[in-house]
Amino acid sequence: MATATEQWVLVEMVQALYEEKEELIEEWQPEPLVPPVPKDHPALNYNIVSGPPSHKTVVNGKECINFASFNFLGLLDNPRVKAAALASLKKYGVGTCGPRGFYGTFDVHLDLEDRLAKFMKTEEAIIYSYGFATIASAIPAYSKRGDIVFVDRAACFAIQKGLQASRSDIKLFKHNDMADLERLLKEQEIEDQKNPRKARVTRRFIVVEGLYMNTGTICPLPELVKLKYKYKARIFLEESLSFGVLGEHGRGVTEHYGINIDDIDLISANMENALASIGGFCCGRSFVIDHQRLSGQGYCFSASLPPLLAAAAIEALNIMEENPGIFAVLKEKCGQIHKALQGISGLKVVGESLSPAFHLQLEESTGSREQDVRLLQEIVDQCMNRSIALTQARYLEKEEKCLPPPSIRVVVTVEQTEEELERAASTIKEVAQAVLL
Amino acid sequence: MRPEPGGCCCRRTVRANGCVANGEVRNGYVRSSAAAAAAAAAGQDFVSLYQDFENFYTRNLYMRIRDNWNRPICSVPGARVDIMERQSHDYNWSFKYTGNIIKGVINMGSYNYLGFARNTGSCQEAAAKVLEEYGAGVCSTRQEIGNLDKHEELEELVARFLGVEAAMAYGMGFATNSMNIPALVGKGCLILSDELNHASLVLGARLSGATIRIFKHNNMQSLEKLLKDAIVYGQPRTRRPWKKILILVEGIYSMEGSIVRLPEVIALKKKYKAYLYLDEAHSIGALGPTGRGVVEYFGLDPEDVDVMMGTFTKSFGASGGYIGGKKELIDYLRTHSHSAVYATSLSPPVVEQIITSMKCIMGQDGTSLGKECVQQLAENTRYFRRRLKEMGFIIYGNEDSPVVPLMLYMPAKIGAFGREMLKRNIGVVVVGFPATPIIESRARFCLSAAHTKEILDTALKEIDEVGDLLQLKYSRHRLVPLLDRPFDETTYEETED
Repeated sequence: MATATEQWVLVEMVQALYEEKEELIEEWQPEPLVPPVPKDHPALNYNIVSGPPSHKTVVNGKECINFASFNFLGLLDNPRVKAAALASLKKYGVGTCGPRGFYGTFDVHLDLEDRLAKFMKTEEAIIYSYGFATIASAIPAYSKRGDIVFVDRAACFAIQKGLQASRSDIKLFKHNDMADLERLLKEQEIEDQKNPRKARVTRRFIVVEGLYMNTGTICPLPELVKLKYKYKARIFLEESLSFGVLGEHGRGVTEHYGINIDDIDLISANMENALASIGGFCCGRSFVIDHQRLSGQGYCFSASLPPLLAAAAIEALNIMEENPGIFAVLKEKCGQIHKALQGISGLKVVGESLSPAFHLQLEESTGSREQDVRLLQEIVDQCMNRSIALTQARYLEKEEKCLPPPSIRVVVTVEQTEEELERAASTIKEVAQAVLL
Repeated sequence: MRPEPGGCCCRRTVRANGCVANGEVRNGYVRSSAAAAAAAAAGQDFVSLYQDFENFYTRNLYMRIRDNWNRPICSVPGARVDIMERQSHDYNWSFKYTGNIIKGVINMGSYNYLGFARNTGSCQEAAAKVLEEYGAGVCSTRQEIGNLDKHEELEELVARFLGVEAAMAYGMGFATNSMNIPALVGKGCLILSDELNHASLVLGARLSGATIRIFKHNNMQSLEKLLKDAIVYGQPRTRRPWKKILILVEGIYSMEGSIVRLPEVIALKKKYKAYLYLDEAHSIGALGPTGRGVVEYFGLDPEDVDVMMGTFTKSFGASGGYIGGKKELIDYLRTHSHSAVYATSLSPPVVEQIITSMKCIMGQDGTSLGKECVQQLAENTRYFRRRLKEMGFIIYGNEDSPVVPLMLYMPAKIGAFGREMLKRNIGVVVVGFPATPIIESRARFCLSAAHTKEILDTALKEIDEVGDLLQLKYSRHRLVPLLDRPFDETTYEETED
């Protein structure tokens, strides 16, 4: 039993502690919510496009030919697509006012999923209302904590976010290097033999892109399928750039290589490039895709795609199916400009000749990324003055796992004529010479 | 204070959920025979894609009542909607469309608070014109070449609407949270998040890498204790002070119908120097005398909220999200938001729909349509909630919130309620686990300014009938019904008997 003096000391201690706490609360100063952004930050002032971002577009008040929008098949201002979207607008209005589970499923969505599944020759497809959210929701739906994912170093940011949300073990392999991937898979096999019980419940995935956005190269899919069956890892293929571009009918990299589509467990693509709409889709076997209807976060907890955009995508698919010749035309134009841009002093072309979106990087970096970015921006600005609209490839420098070097992105579409391609190539050559030498 | 059902109702609910568990026994038999078949079919010994026990709830409860969700519609999601009829011959494992369309179903499930889900009128005409001119897609990101003049116009309008310095718009409401919270906070920061926050806020908080602490739903003592402890004790293990503290709350919580205690949260935030992120997905347009959201509802200053986030899906009949705040915040987001760098910008006709509907709500289109819609929604809310309480149902949420959850509790009643209401031509949304706690399943009504009094009366009559049929009137408080007639001597005499 504490004496009166001891009790008094305790009370004083508690009071002192209370005052100390109040002092700490008074003293604490948080950081500002956001750090200040310098006025000349390269990404602060956006280019303003007045009017539609189609083949001939007005950027910052200047009329230019568009070499920067991913409008590969020129469907952005196709009158049939616009008419289909307009009919849907007149029938359904704009928004869907609900997620897919709560009266947000329209017959247009079901139609689009059906058409996509038939086009890609898979059992089922599922659509998302935002391209970025497609792969970023699909990966965490299957891969959880404790699973292992082997992913290419040049994977795009959406894949990186999906992997981060999944909390799985990530193993990066060198870009397109199958020997490096095999080495990692072999190491994992050795680990598995040490702990077979754990290995029996650990899922393995390989995540690759058909055509890489950051490098413009194609993935070696036949070797990947061989590795899949040898080491029992499932393949997730991200085809945002290659859907509607590669293959005889535009079905993507599986058609390009002639691989059976059932060998790939999940194909994900966004409809914002070749299909000139908004949103994304995943396709594959029903056993795989149906799972996302309950566990894809971007599907269950978000409003569904506005019906007019779904109708635009359906009409775009119709056009793709009716004119399979456009893919060959696109391939030819890509090859043409690729050749024309070779041999520019100071700039090198990064990307394969069949990629419609490739990069122009500085042959020799100045040493500082900021300086490189400024040089490239100078080239872009001068090309803009000569009516060629280009853009730098934008990245979040602090957030990317493997930050690609700064580059100018050049995009080829079927609407560009041969003269325009030649003119663009010569303009870039002249400007590069002027700026870099 | 929430009304609670009697004890025997709780016991029955728990027992009902237990009955579902005997499915696990049945599963044991099914598994051993199915496993052999599956192994033969796969033939390739890959590790199985799904865990057995994860699917347990899906297979045994969700599948049986699956016909209450994902109902496909084929008309505007307005006050009345046309639903495509589905049939299943294998207990909901697969559906076939009969080809019939159930026309004119009263829609109590779509988020159409101000009635802008329309296929006629000025919004639709403006969107049609922009569609003709700009096309449907954009094919580029905001920082590259996807920033149209329409986007700049929209952001300026949103800033004026909210009463903030600047705003930025994004293509998806869910992604607005999951891509911008990581841009604002990172490692070494603390996030205090409400218990019942939406999945997008939870995902954004997790992706940021900051430490997350949960406080009890709308409970200011819990929040204050967390704030005090955080500042006094600092980071765990190192005891270094936190870099910043961000409080994540929503305007209206969509499963509870409750409104955040904003004055108290702002007082706490000012006292402890934390930052406030307010997600007004459901409350923008739906609360406040002119539809400016929960800040106007409480009569507070928008500058007190550091980050005002909301979506265009619910009250504006479009899609996408926005963030509003000080100019430094928006400048920072324009350079560092994941969405601005990597994701496609908003589609032009959708932008036009938002601009037209926002101008209408602000009264800038020359009509008083916006003001009428806001008032109509408030009247509908008060009337509907009052009538349901009089009938004896247990309703959660604030008196003024247009989201009305009606408690069902028992798992079997989830399916029964949804199906009975559809038989009577009313489409409702029923929710169970995992969106709600397992013993608190509910039906959630979303009121709309497009609902007329006749529609509400029809719906209330049917809800009354189904409530009696399924014994849903759990409330032990009986409200005296409001008399329509003014108080006079004859009325007084009647009630005496």
